[in-house]
Amino acid sequence: MSNEARSGEVPVLSTHGLTIRFGGHVAVNNVSCEFRPGTLTAIVGPNGAGKTTYFNLMSGQLPPSSGTVRLYGEDITHLGAPQRTKRGIGRAFQLTNLFPNLTVLENVRLTVQSRAGMGLNMVSMWASHIELIEKAEHFLHLVALTERRHENAAALSHGDKRKLEIAILLALEPDIFMFDEPTAGMSVDEVPVVLDLIQHIKAMGDKTILLVEHKMDVVRSLADRIVVLHNGYLVADGDPTEVMNSPIVQEAYLGAGVADHV
Amino acid sequence: MLRTLLSGDLPRSRMLSATLLVVFIGLALAPFVVSGARSLNVAATICVFVVLVASYDLLLGYTGVVSFAHTMFYGIGAYGVGLALTGMGPSWTAIAVGTVGALLVSLVLALVIGLFSLRVRAIFYAMITLAVASAFAVLASQLSDFTGGEDGLTFKVPELLQPSFHLLEATIMGRAIDGKLITYYLLFFSALGLFLFMLRIVNSPFGRVLQAIRENDFRAEALGYRTVIYRTLANCLSALIATLAGVLMALWLRYVGPKTMLSFEIMTDILLIVVIGGMGTIYGALIGSALFILAQNYLQVLMGQTSAALSGVPFLANLFHPDRWLLWLGVLFVLSVYFFPTGIVGKLRAGTLAKVDRRP
Repeated sequence: MSNEARSGEVPVLSTHGLTIRFGGHVAVNNVSCEFRPGTLTAIVGPNGAGKTTYFNLMSGQLPPSSGTVRLYGEDITHLGAPQRTKRGIGRAFQLTNLFPNLTVLENVRLTVQSRAGMGLNMVSMWASHIELIEKAEHFLHLVALTERRHENAAALSHGDKRKLEIAILLALEPDIFMFDEPTAGMSVDEVPVVLDLIQHIKAMGDKTILLVEHKMDVVRSLADRIVVLHNGYLVADGDPTEVMNSPIVQEAYLGAGVADHV
Repeated sequence: MLRTLLSGDLPRSRMLSATLLVVFIGLALAPFVVSGARSLNVAATICVFVVLVASYDLLLGYTGVVSFAHTMFYGIGAYGVGLALTGMGPSWTAIAVGTVGALLVSLVLALVIGLFSLRVRAIFYAMITLAVASAFAVLASQLSDFTGGEDGLTFKVPELLQPSFHLLEATIMGRAIDGKLITYYLLFFSALGLFLFMLRIVNSPFGRVLQAIRENDFRAEALGYRTVIYRTLANCLSALIATLAGVLMALWLRYVGPKTMLSFEIMTDILLIVVIGGMGTIYGALIGSALFILAQNYLQVLMGQTSAALSGVPFLANLFHPDRWLLWLGVLFVLSVYFFPTGIVGKLRAGTLAKVDRRP
């Protein structure tokens, strides 16, 4: 495979026969896949294909019915979300998932604080750790939210909430960045800010990026590899142009009525 | 200096600062300002309730956990000291043994209840605490050989704290420096210390995580915080501080009994005070306790006077009859929840917050 030729190292993250059933419905069905550092993999598929569920299984929000998730070859299936975050799997959510009544800055500062391992400190004042606040402000600056830092997260516009979501992911400083439709619902002029950020992370060279995205132009411009999920199955995996033109993808997308995106 | 003492959590409202100052000075000077055993008893009860309510708010207001076992921990503290003083005689060692023993029992119970139920849904935790607390209250009144049953235990405290003890021959501002006064200041300074300690906890990095968990526990997990650990820690802290409040109350009353220490009424009082004062504000516990306990003790007197003054008017005199004080307390509660859904502190702060640049 072309992406293996590009980086021959051990996969950072891999899934092996990953499956989850909700009652009779199999949302993710026996998906095995490997992700390597320095690459951006786009995960595409029609609505309901299991993309977000697959993300939830990898980042620990859901336990799988069967199969394993490995991080640097080590089985991490039994670990919960907090432990996976601590080991470098960072996740941004599709449906914005913030602390609504805390300020924008506090949303990010809490992330920086977690990263600094200071959550259990009961004796000092949070406000005296200026380095955490400054670091949080730095990440807000990257997503152009500095001016709104003292507002409650609930007061932000949809696009700004998405940006805050990304600032939180950046503040986790993970090895693996998982973006779940980062540009969904954003206005046209906001999208480039996010795409530039993703490009910037990619340019660092050692980060593994996973991106669930519907907009095919975004996928084409960023992805080194495309994985296609359909009805919970992995149906295609490989070089972007190759995958986009494969009959199975054409059919999957035509079937879901989103052919105009392809 | 003041900023550090208050852990950077300043009242941020002139009205609030003024109210807090009045309550603080009132409690600090209570033995010299008010006369009579009853008034001092009210002041002491306020001191204990500030600690008890603030420790409950640590759970309810800051972490978003509903517990019905708070009076149980309060009772454990009271019975711990009561049993130790009864069994070992009136000594400071007995108080120390009772306190440490009670803290250990509370810690183990809080840990067990927490680890069993805090990982599941919040409603199960509420149910389990309700069951355990009821069982504990029944146990305390049934084991009559040990706990004195329904009658409770009356015991002696060390000499320094006995009302008959006089530290000085002279009086200060017409007030004898006796054991009752010393006990009052023991309560006052313990309550002050615990209050500032809790203010520090909620403004520490740990306290901020608790608020994050209250806001969105799913996201807190995704940030790398193991919420079950934080919830359990908050639960233990809250239980331990409630235990200390129980110790203080037992020392003040020189009596423990199921009605005064374990009854479900205390639990509802705590809930009411938290809501009236303002959930998620430690200051709310101070203002709420002062207001509630004053109303509980003096509303009846006040109504008696109103009723007497209105004795000519048939309907109104009846309406304000002292026997109806509970009705009016209820009306006051409903009105305060309706007009100040964020509590007194929330209301007082809301006005100023719009003007000042908010800190995160």
